[in-house]
Amino acid sequence: MPPLLELKNLRVSFPGPRGPVEVVSGVSFDLGRERLGIVGESGSGKSLTGRSILRLLRPPAKVSVDRLRFDGADLLAMSEREMRQVRGARISMVMQDPRYSLNPVMTVGDQIAEALKVHERIPRREVRERVMDMLDKVRIHDPERVMKLYPHEVSGGMGQRVMIAMMLIPKPDILIADEPTSALDVSVQAQVLDLIEEMIAEYGMGLILISHDLDLVARYCDRVLVMNQGEVVEELEAGGLHRAQHPYTRALLESVPRIDETRKVLPVMDRGAGVGT
Amino acid sequence: MTTSSSETAPEIRHRAQDLALGIGRFVAVTALTFLGLLAITFFIGRVVPIDPVVAVVGDRASQEVYEATRQALGLDRPLAVQFLIYVRDVLSGDFGTSLTTGRPVIEDLARFFPATVEMATAGILIGVLLGVPMGVIAAARAGSWLDQLIRVLGLLGYSVPAFWMGLVGLAVFYAGLGWVAGPGRIDIFYDGLVPPVTGLLTVDAIIAGDWAILGNAISHLVLPASILGFFSLAYIARMTRSFMLDQLSQEFVTTARVKGVSERAVIWKHAFYPIRVQLVTVIGLSYAVLLEGSVMVEIVFSWPGIGNYLTTALLRADMAAVLGATILIGTVFIVINRLSDLLYRVFDPRSR
Repeated sequence: MPPLLELKNLRVSFPGPRGPVEVVSGVSFDLGRERLGIVGESGSGKSLTGRSILRLLRPPAKVSVDRLRFDGADLLAMSEREMRQVRGARISMVMQDPRYSLNPVMTVGDQIAEALKVHERIPRREVRERVMDMLDKVRIHDPERVMKLYPHEVSGGMGQRVMIAMMLIPKPDILIADEPTSALDVSVQAQVLDLIEEMIAEYGMGLILISHDLDLVARYCDRVLVMNQGEVVEELEAGGLHRAQHPYTRALLESVPRIDETRKVLPVMDRGAGVGT
Repeated sequence: MTTSSSETAPEIRHRAQDLALGIGRFVAVTALTFLGLLAITFFIGRVVPIDPVVAVVGDRASQEVYEATRQALGLDRPLAVQFLIYVRDVLSGDFGTSLTTGRPVIEDLARFFPATVEMATAGILIGVLLGVPMGVIAAARAGSWLDQLIRVLGLLGYSVPAFWMGLVGLAVFYAGLGWVAGPGRIDIFYDGLVPPVTGLLTVDAIIAGDWAILGNAISHLVLPASILGFFSLAYIARMTRSFMLDQLSQEFVTTARVKGVSERAVIWKHAFYPIRVQLVTVIGLSYAVLLEGSVMVEIVFSWPGIGNYLTTALLRADMAAVLGATILIGTVFIVINRLSDLLYRVFDPRSR
């Protein structure tokens, strides 16, 4: 049986003053109904990889990929209209900061309802019920009140739960979570990730968790891709992080301080290490 | 506003208090701004090198007559008292008498201003109905030939002088093609036939049910209004484009695309809704500018509007008329500004 999502040799480049600059150079992976982590520092190309899967990048970005198949269908060959039926309904994405990723002049309820209404023709009453159910699922206790709020009236943690509700209400097969907690307080980060984990398990979905936080990815994923400068430098089982071979991964691990140690100076990473290997 | 049934009495009272406070502040700010406007016109009336007494009695009057008139005009009293009297007069609608027309200024304004309102309103309608969609399309297809074309049109609107466009428009569409009527608001033949109700000829003609007059008035209106419309269109399209470009790069627009929303809905619903707030200000200001700044077009088209009236008054040193017209235009600015503030609250949940 073929994997749910196949990505082969993804390349993304932007025009620069001296010719195109490649920011994603040949990323490939397969994804089943499992939890895949993509980890790397800022600018390593992990977010662009996520957005390329949904074909969201617009000019001047140039995307080339040898193979992009989802559930037996070729996403590359799809028209924009067909692609819209995949977006949200089959593959969905939670973005980084609810302060920017929610529409400031639409109520929370309307935004969640829209995600449902673009894909299904259902009576208004049922839409409302399903929105309320969904808000309840993401542990918002008084959905009736929250539905009428505007994004600036909710906290960051609640905003992100609204985002998750909005992205999961059409019951997609894959959720891409692009740094879903980096804009949140540490105290609510775990709540949001636990919620994502729980929903993924309940719906039997595939997850791509994009983060710069190795520990976090290791905790919530089955498999981890380590990206550096647009390339996947290492692929590991989440439990086997300590067995990492690649110098870049080792350097990343080294630079994480532990609570049970005293170090005067954290090692500085040699950013060139391992490029092109 | 969200009002759920679960609201308690104190909450409702609190909300009512907020509302009352908001209205109170609104009225106070408007009143203060208006007072400021009066202070400025009063001040202008005192510093211009025109002696209001001489303007009334002439420069060959005897000293006694001069003094008597000076006292009658209240010019011998302290400035503060004069200002208070001035405010009282203006509030009761007494703007003095125009030297040019010999009528009370307030009556003149009531005759001339509707002509300007009619032309400016037609102009702003053209500007908004064409300019906003043009700006949105230009932003949605930034860099395309359509975008370039709209930008060139906008540049023309900025840089071509109004009187030139008026003259060329008359030469081509009136003298050459005969598509529209010439200068003036209406043909002499029809002049004064409909009873003035609003002062807007087109509206009055509709009220009277006289379609021939309506057609003639529109035929006179269409060219000057299009020229004004073109100017406001240039500005409105340009601003709409830049607001839209800003919105289209926002993350929530990407969110909408991730949800599978169609591109049309992404543009008109997600990106356009938030900019209504800014557009209200831009359109309001454009309208105000058309109401006061269409002097050139009014002169070229012999349009009996406020711009024409004000220019004539200025050239004849008719201060009562000049100040009256200035107060009127200033008031229009204040009203439009306050209205756009109000609409802000309607359109932007964050400002409530």
